[in-house]
Amino acid sequence: MTNTDWPLWEVFVRSRRGLSHTHAGSLHAPDAEFALRNARDLYTRRGEGVSIWVVPSSAITASSPDEKDPFFEPSADKPYRHPTFYEIPEGVKHL
Amino acid sequence: MATAATHQTARTLAQDGQDGQDGTQADVDDTAAYERAFDAAVAADERVEPRDWMPDAYRATLVRQIAQHAHSEIIGMQPEANWITRAPSLRRKAILMAKVQDEAGHGLYLYSAAETLGTGREELLDKLHTGRQKYSSIFNYPTLTWADVGAIGWLVDGAAITNQVPLCRCSYGPYARAMVRICKEESFHQRQGYELLLALSRGTPEQHAMAQDAVDRWWWPSLMMFGPPDDESAHSAQSMAWKIKRHSNDELRQRFVDICVPQAESLGLTLPDPDLRWNEEREHHDFGPIDWTEFWDVLKGNGPCNEQRITQRRRAHDEGAWVREAASAYAAKHSASGAGRGVEQA
Repeated sequence: MTNTDWPLWEVFVRSRRGLSHTHAGSLHAPDAEFALRNARDLYTRRGEGVSIWVVPSSAITASSPDEKDPFFEPSADKPYRHPTFYEIPEGVKHL
Repeated sequence: MATAATHQTARTLAQDGQDGQDGTQADVDDTAAYERAFDAAVAADERVEPRDWMPDAYRATLVRQIAQHAHSEIIGMQPEANWITRAPSLRRKAILMAKVQDEAGHGLYLYSAAETLGTGREELLDKLHTGRQKYSSIFNYPTLTWADVGAIGWLVDGAAITNQVPLCRCSYGPYARAMVRICKEESFHQRQGYELLLALSRGTPEQHAMAQDAVDRWWWPSLMMFGPPDDESAHSAQSMAWKIKRHSNDELRQRFVDICVPQAESLGLTLPDPDLRWNEEREHHDFGPIDWTEFWDVLKGNGPCNEQRITQRRRAHDEGAWVREAASAYAAKHSASGAGRGVEQA
């Protein structure tokens, strides 16, 4: 048996309290516990993290690869969702 | 993100592109459109991500380069690990172990990056073990004295950093991200080597001579690490067009020489090149001719340690098989009681 059989895990690291977990990379491991330990050795050798998540890569559902496809279009034609869309007279404060 | 689903999509898209060659006119048009989008993204300095369509040759070039790079990291553990048991102090020993562990980590970052292109680590390791893929020829030289550990840190890691910093802006996202992480860690590698050589250089006459001897042996092979001269480099032009590579071999080599000359002076050591001198006009150092016959010879497998490095790599892999098998058996045995046993869930 080789480690070809080991599933792929995505590793997310929280660099310090108050920040969210960020994707750090991936690794192969036979189970979640090994994935966590290997992630610690691989991605936090220099105090890069205070918390790690490991997620089986197969559990991730991703949107289409083309970032410009219609999936994201609904947000592109709604400039009024941004505060800069609105004209406010000069001198008005705290707005 | 290196998800399995990601690979599937990327491969499917790439295959769709290939099918276009003997498929319908619509397929051909699709391929051309994909190609235009790819070229435009690269031209605009955007990053290519795993699930994007990419030309087959771009994918193959990246796999070849990333694999060679990954192999170099893990083979590079050997010449240095050779000195762990004989490090002169506990401090130096701890540093060297941390460095060798880093090299293993760098190998893994890079195998992961290659995997996002649809080529698994097992396949790449197999190609390394059977001689179908190469690693940097520098690691086919022996580490004869403790000073070699310093020379590797200063010169070999120094050359690697000069090569790798521009790769942080490589057009392929996962490779660029791996390089950012690696470059941060290489800085420690280079500085520990420099400090080690400095201690020897300022030590007894014997220690100074040992440091000088190491620099004399590692200088030229380090210059060869940048690869053949530009006019003989097979893949350079295409790689630069694809923005995988940002500077030519000769340009990076010159940069490295210019960086090293004052560093050698501060060390109190000399570089073994009688032709090395500042050129006022070029505002660069001129240096003597490189023995490319030696380079090609070592690359072909005739270096002092080629045989030993691969034999050791295969042995480590084979002797570690029972550990991998035990871990798999343990995981299988406990999978019934739920994944993540004994681990806090998010």
